[in-house]
Amino acid sequence: MIGFGPWRRWALIAPPFVWLTVFFLLPLVAVAAISLSQSADAIPPYTPLVARGANGIELLASLDNYRLIAGDLRAYANSLIYAAVATVLCLLVGYPIAFAIARAPKAWRNPLLFFVILPFWTSLLIRVYAWIAILQPTGLINRSLRALGLIDAPILLINNEFSVILGLVYAYLPFMILPLYGSLSQLDESLVEAAADLGARPSLVFRDVVLPLSLPGVAAGALLVFIPAIGEFVIPDLLGGPGTLMVGKVLWQEFFDNVDWPAAAAVAVVLVGLLTAPLLLAQRLVERPAPGEP
Amino acid sequence: MALLEIDAVSKNFGAVAAVDRVSLAVEHGELFALLGPSGCGKTTLLRLIAGFETPDSGRIVIDGSDVTSVPPYRRPVNMMFQSYALFPHLDVAGNIAFGLKQEGMERRRREARVAEMLALVQMSDYARRRPHELSGGQKQRVALARALAKMPKLLLLDEPLAALDRKLREETRLELIGIQERVGTSFVFVTHDQEEALGMASRIAVMNEGRVAQIGRAAEIYEYPGSRFVAGFVGAVNLFEGTLVVAFNGLTLRVPDIENLLPLSDAADLPEGSAAALAVRPEKLALSPRRPDGIAIAATVASINYQGGVSVVHLATDAGHVLKAQMDSDAAAAFGRGDELWASWDPVDAVVITR
Repeated sequence: MIGFGPWRRWALIAPPFVWLTVFFLLPLVAVAAISLSQSADAIPPYTPLVARGANGIELLASLDNYRLIAGDLRAYANSLIYAAVATVLCLLVGYPIAFAIARAPKAWRNPLLFFVILPFWTSLLIRVYAWIAILQPTGLINRSLRALGLIDAPILLINNEFSVILGLVYAYLPFMILPLYGSLSQLDESLVEAAADLGARPSLVFRDVVLPLSLPGVAAGALLVFIPAIGEFVIPDLLGGPGTLMVGKVLWQEFFDNVDWPAAAAVAVVLVGLLTAPLLLAQRLVERPAPGEP
Repeated sequence: MALLEIDAVSKNFGAVAAVDRVSLAVEHGELFALLGPSGCGKTTLLRLIAGFETPDSGRIVIDGSDVTSVPPYRRPVNMMFQSYALFPHLDVAGNIAFGLKQEGMERRRREARVAEMLALVQMSDYARRRPHELSGGQKQRVALARALAKMPKLLLLDEPLAALDRKLREETRLELIGIQERVGTSFVFVTHDQEEALGMASRIAVMNEGRVAQIGRAAEIYEYPGSRFVAGFVGAVNLFEGTLVVAFNGLTLRVPDIENLLPLSDAADLPEGSAAALAVRPEKLALSPRRPDGIAIAATVASINYQGGVSVVHLATDAGHVLKAQMDSDAAAAFGRGDELWASWDPVDAVVITR
């Protein structure tokens, strides 16, 4: 690189490094440190990790908070299951939509994409409240069904697994559609024609050409849905019930209701650990040669 | 019976007639070229044969069965795409095996066929490469092998050499001819390059504005162009526009600004007084400093375009006609800019064109 001495190069790379260190790495280390201490009636509400004791400086770290979590993994299990089911459903619903938009006449594509992003113009909180109005026992669906004489008693549509997963799918569907559209719209039409020319029926063209070439989009979409869905707080809080505890909710309770910062920190650290695995997996999928590359 | 029969096929895109009442037939074992400038409808015609487009009217018959409304995956033809359209997620062997898998060929036979195809295009060492690891020429071979693997009755090639550089193009041209002779499949290829069509094809259909302007063997097309378009598109030409008149011992052409009536060799049944043009190929035009016997036109050398073994001498007549004469560079060296010469030709070498 002509004209870029070591100092100049560092000047270019430094800002993102400083940013990530100050706003990501240091807080993460702080959270990890807090997770090793105990809650206390103090400001801040936890015991120091290092203290001056009889034998000089002592390390007071303990794994008690992690043992506590290990004793009850239901919230993690729920989060993983709900997020996984929501990801699969988003894929099943989102793929045909992304495919249809990518195959639509050019002039239609941007308006159609606009409709996909349109919900973002309203706060998620308000949209989730709208779902309460639709799903609750005196809500739109139950009243309509009763008016039609199809049911006698309201059916339970809210505060259960159904409503949580519905909320997750609804909220995260655009994050699935957009990367899928991205990879499907790049698909070279002549590859589809070549497959048909070589004797592949439309269903086999899809299975043998379109689907494999859209896998990077599938991976990116699944990641964008799965990761935030695991830590989701608003949807399980508003649409869920006592049986649908998710990690985000536990985190909130420990931090705000119990004022147990160390326990909340431990919950967060385990969550970050959980999310690293799918991230690394998806990274490998996405790094494969993209379709249409020379 | 012809292998491919195209019967009055038309295809419109909106108000544009891309293919306009085209009829032609391709025989078994032919290497047939669709030649024309871009936008003449040759690629659309190829896509109609492959089944990617459906004609608005007319019939397409392949090997005796009407395929006009048969989808591409059920037609006994395969196509080599201009962009090659190799599947990026499959290796070379996977690409060649793709069509065989679709027809459910058993694994052992399939592998044998893939190996045979790789050998045919001399790519046996590259079976496990991905398309993005291949050069342009290698991709072209894989695309050819993939299209031939199913042993189609008819192979369609869309500008098969256009993406290659000049030197490779000439080698590949000979290879394509060799492969076509070996496998015996009929090839129909689209090209905008008249040299390519003349050099490869057993027969050529010259297309213009959606229609077939002329069909014939390369020599026929070149020696006896049927229209002004064909004369101008296939090779260079000197065109003299004029009116037919009877004089001396037959029909002649009166050309404005040219003193002599131009004799015609083959205009027997044309009506006197009608407009016509006389086409003389540059290599048929002889130049000499002294006036030869018979027909001759006075002209001045405007420039000499050296092309290696041959040179093209550009001349201007007093009336402003531009003439081109092609000859060995040795012969052209005798002339210089500004020389006043006489251009002449044997009437047998000139062709009358009325369309």
